[in-house]
Amino acid sequence: MATTVIPFGPQHPVLPEPVHLTLKVEDEIVKEAIPALGYVHRGLEKLADIRDYHQMITVCERVCGICSMIHAVCYSQAIEELMDIEIPDRAALLRVIWSELHRTHSHLLWLGLFADAFGFESLFMQFWKIRERIMDINEATTGSRVIVSVNVIGGVRADLSPDQIRWILSEIDIVEKEVRQLQDTIMNDYTVKARTCGVGTLTKEQAYELGAAGPTLRGSGVAQDMRMLGYGGYSQIDFEPIVETSGDCWARSTVRFRECLQSMDLVRQAISKLPEGDIRVKVKGNPPEGEAYARVEQPRGECVYYIKGNGTKHLDRLRIRTPTFANIPPLLAMMPECELADVPVIILSIDPCISCTER
Amino acid sequence: MLFTPTVVKNLLKKPATRNYPFVVREGFPMYRGELTINIDDCIFCGSCSRKCPSQCITVDKQAGTWQCDPHACVYCGYCRDACPTKCLDMKDVHRAPMTEKITWIEQGTPPKPKKKKAAAPKKEAEAPVAEAKVEKAEEAKPAKKAAPKKKAAKKK
Repeated sequence: MATTVIPFGPQHPVLPEPVHLTLKVEDEIVKEAIPALGYVHRGLEKLADIRDYHQMITVCERVCGICSMIHAVCYSQAIEELMDIEIPDRAALLRVIWSELHRTHSHLLWLGLFADAFGFESLFMQFWKIRERIMDINEATTGSRVIVSVNVIGGVRADLSPDQIRWILSEIDIVEKEVRQLQDTIMNDYTVKARTCGVGTLTKEQAYELGAAGPTLRGSGVAQDMRMLGYGGYSQIDFEPIVETSGDCWARSTVRFRECLQSMDLVRQAISKLPEGDIRVKVKGNPPEGEAYARVEQPRGECVYYIKGNGTKHLDRLRIRTPTFANIPPLLAMMPECELADVPVIILSIDPCISCTER
Repeated sequence: MLFTPTVVKNLLKKPATRNYPFVVREGFPMYRGELTINIDDCIFCGSCSRKCPSQCITVDKQAGTWQCDPHACVYCGYCRDACPTKCLDMKDVHRAPMTEKITWIEQGTPPKPKKKKAAAPKKEAEAPVAEAKVEKAEEAKPAKKAAPKKKAAKKK
């Protein structure tokens, strides 16, 4: 059988972001996928030379629009570790609240896009309708819908009033009720299962060896979640990582769906444990010479920030490893022997964020 | 089939969207929207331009101008937080669309003459007292005198 080469992307209707895969196809069965990245490289890491370490928070937030808050948390944690700053408890739990709200809206966005990838437009609209409530919470409590800009070195800029807390809890109840109504559709519907079950299977061993991260790893049966490290306010919160064992697209979507519900529970827990007190400490001086390393759990998986200070207000080095970068080798391992029509579903199942990957 | 109850509910409910250009949702009070400045209160200290992560604000103390590139602004609100006189504010509405790039310049009156007049006689008055009392103060005086010279040189 002759091999046909089909370029998938960089511009493709299924993805708003430019990922390019060269697919080697034999009779509509994909034999090999070769990635090509680098279309949207922006050089954000180099900006650490020009912007000072306070201003770099806004740059780090713009690495990715969807998990902006968690990027900022990771960068702040790295700087705080380097400068030996301890943030107030209230600030740590406020960071947890906004991080979990970001995780919820990211997963709801992804569940919608996933439904769109297998042609279920009505379900796509339904998930995005629910997501609007979370975006409204972000806008009302932080001042912006996506790029919230509440993190500063030493704490957070915005506080939650008792009225806002009551409103958030009531909104979350509504969101949870609406999400649960879609549980049967995304997990048990015949057409959805036909498109996702057994597609793009990644075994537990493959996931571990290839260094998968986040729901891609947990969907293959490895219970690994960076939040279990107890960074920030997560040490005060009880939860178990969500794991599915089948390793296919269905498992990954189920992990994300269940994480949505879990995140809302974590918001409730964080609110119930929110102490009174300051929300930020004053930071003086520049980061000293030395290195620091922070890792957090983003909606897509483990994110790593490495920073190197040189005693001035500019950092010597800022290195970001994002979860999608870790998930590309597993993605290539899922592709062989799949049908060409399943390629968009498999690519979306890792929740690719190309602007994250290329920075 | 499992989605049918949701479809029926959606058919019976009101639309989830607004008829946008005609019905506009009110912004939340904290929303970081259009940046505004009350130039009469501005003291041209330059805190906003130093804090701005996108470096879109330029302050000229001599000319008394406050300049902003609204297309580079990222609406983070750091300038508003850093302003000592609270003359910067952010409305809860989006900035109006523009058809061409502009540079937004505000002309104000810098309050520098008052500072100069107030500062000069104080130093002259303090100097003889300090000379008479403490010899150690001599080390500090040249530094104090040198500072205004440097400022003057920069202004020229």
